[in-house]
Amino acid sequence: MDSFFKTVQSVPLNHYILLSAIIFSIGVIGVLIRRNAIIIFMSVELMLNAVNLLLTAFSVYRGDATGQVFVFFIMALAAAEVAVGLAIIVMIYRNTNSVDINVLNRLKW
Amino acid sequence: MDNYIWLIPILPLAGFLINGLGRNSLSKSVIGAIGCLVVLASFGLSVAAFLQVKSTGKFEATMFDWFEIGFFKVQFSFLVDQLSSLMLLIITGVGFLIHLYSVGYMQNDEGFGKFFAYLNLFIFFMLLLVLGSNYLIMFIGWEGVGLCSYLLIGFWFTNPDYADAAKKAFVMNRIGDLGFIIGLFLIMNYFGSVTFADIFPKAASMQAGSVPFTLITILLFIGAVGKSAQIPLFTWLPDAMAGPTPVSALIHAATMVTAGVYMVARSNILFTLAPYTMTIIAVVGLATAVFAALIALSQTDIKKVLAYSTVSQLGYMFLGLGVGAYTGAFFHVLTHAFFKALLFLGAGSVIHAMSNEQDMRQMGGLKGKLKITFITMLIGTLAISGIPPFAGFFSKDEILAHTFAHSETMYVIGVITAMFTSFYMFRMLYLTFYGKFRGTAEQEHHVHESPASMTIPLIVLAVLSIVGGFIGIPEALGGHHWLEEWLKPVFAQSAPLLPDSHLSSSTEIALMCASVAGAVLALIYAYVRYVKNNHVPAADSEERPGLVSLSYHKFYIDEIYDFLIRKPLDALSVFFYKVVDLLVIDGFVNGLGKISVKTSKGLRLLQTGNVGFYIFMMVIGIIGVLLYSMFKI
Repeated sequence: MDSFFKTVQSVPLNHYILLSAIIFSIGVIGVLIRRNAIIIFMSVELMLNAVNLLLTAFSVYRGDATGQVFVFFIMALAAAEVAVGLAIIVMIYRNTNSVDINVLNRLKW
Repeated sequence: MDNYIWLIPILPLAGFLINGLGRNSLSKSVIGAIGCLVVLASFGLSVAAFLQVKSTGKFEATMFDWFEIGFFKVQFSFLVDQLSSLMLLIITGVGFLIHLYSVGYMQNDEGFGKFFAYLNLFIFFMLLLVLGSNYLIMFIGWEGVGLCSYLLIGFWFTNPDYADAAKKAFVMNRIGDLGFIIGLFLIMNYFGSVTFADIFPKAASMQAGSVPFTLITILLFIGAVGKSAQIPLFTWLPDAMAGPTPVSALIHAATMVTAGVYMVARSNILFTLAPYTMTIIAVVGLATAVFAALIALSQTDIKKVLAYSTVSQLGYMFLGLGVGAYTGAFFHVLTHAFFKALLFLGAGSVIHAMSNEQDMRQMGGLKGKLKITFITMLIGTLAISGIPPFAGFFSKDEILAHTFAHSETMYVIGVITAMFTSFYMFRMLYLTFYGKFRGTAEQEHHVHESPASMTIPLIVLAVLSIVGGFIGIPEALGGHHWLEEWLKPVFAQSAPLLPDSHLSSSTEIALMCASVAGAVLALIYAYVRYVKNNHVPAADSEERPGLVSLSYHKFYIDEIYDFLIRKPLDALSVFFYKVVDLLVIDGFVNGLGKISVKTSKGLRLLQTGNVGFYIFMMVIGIIGVLLYSMFKI
């Protein structure tokens, strides 16, 4: 286990933070500019996993396992979300023959 | 007697309830009988009360504790003393005669039952007013008689003019009542009680002329001004002649309008201790007496003449109160009740005979056809003009003698007013009963003497107008003034405080001769003008010389009030309606609504339905929150 910690710590913390930020930003931009529901969905996953990465990195550096436990929760949550979200997307596809979110513009007053 | 004193006011109340509830189901004779009998029974009890006061002095009868707030306690109790027992006799005695008269007068009226119910209710409130042993019960009666007056003036309310007259009377009275009730609060505040028996001894030991006394008495006097039709609130009384004539006799001549005099006489010690107020009362009284007499000189409506003469005589009473002649003022209340009720009932009899004609220019020559009415009205006229030995002479001269002791200028004005009184009363008498008949042939054919139920009260009142004055023959004429002796306990506390107004017998007799001579002179002048020269007042369309026109149009007082009070008030209410209500209040409320509608219309456009846009806004929001939490903007 020590060797794992050493391996992880051989990369400076700043690099983890920077990588996470980049991945998170890619996720945000993906959500904002893409119209395909599935791509948006994947971008959301990207954001979640950026956060996971950050959590594990902090956990290792601080020698505290709480962060890693948190990551498991987030993974479980993401799995559940994917199940519901994909189901919704499938239903949208069946109704509109498309997964383009611009078609879903009836959510207004 | 203490045990059944409550029956005196309760009986008319019972009459009111029976007649009021059964006004449609009971027959006219039953209603008339109940209406008269309850008042007659009250009169009998009043006589008993009077005799008891005579033998054992005044007494108080407590009915129940009305309410108690902290140390302030009010009992519902009646005070029967020399003053109130006499008032009881006037109210129930004259009241009964007028009820009897109404049976004949109102016989053909649809509202017969309603009329008797109101009359009984009035008697009830009036009795409450004089019987109350504290200002609060007096105030109940005070308001109650105002209400009955309103109901009875507007008795024929289908005529809008009559309904307006009723409203006018009510509003004018209300102005006075406001003064009364504020005075009442000040009394409560200052003496910690409203009971006469607590207030008067306390007041008697206090310093004269202090500010609270002046304030309290002026406010009470404002109440009296409203109720007793003095300047500046007198205009309602002449208009009150819109009511049936018995009402004019009962309420607007004999009883209610004297309530103000009664109240001042009852609170005499408070007024005696406020010399400023006394001066105001005397001046207002005298001014009212002259002013109303001047208006009465040229009126052509028989009831209007009597109405203004009532205002004028009430002015005399207040003059008497103002110069400290409490006995004289009350004496005049007493005699005035007799002869003014008589004159009004006589006028009613004439109007009845003339098929509801009230204009004296259409009358004339009724002497032969209405014998009883003529003779009784002649007696009433002699009494009001102050011709000895009729009742009005004694009371008026007592007031004038005290006025002379107080101020000679006031006395001279008083005597001139007495001359006016004599002139306009005889003018009325001559125009009505002498000369040739001036009405239509149909009216002439219809003229008849009134039924017995109307003439009997006239005769009784005429007798009272003759002998009524003998209870107060002044010492100068060899009498011993029974009334003064009788009322001494009531005015005992203020007597030592008043300046001595005793005149020598010779002066007093000289004063009497002067006023009688004045009255006779005026009488002769009226005779020459209206009988010898057959002068008839000009028709409304004709031009009148300046001063006569001024008097005929009542000095344009109504128009002046209209201009000074009603118009500005109207303008003010229009201002409040148009500016304050429509612009400010409505503008604010509607403005709030408009603003929320407009902003919502704008904000609605943010909701495009585009999911991408929603997400974008969400990210912006999250960034905003992050920035906020980082920099605590």
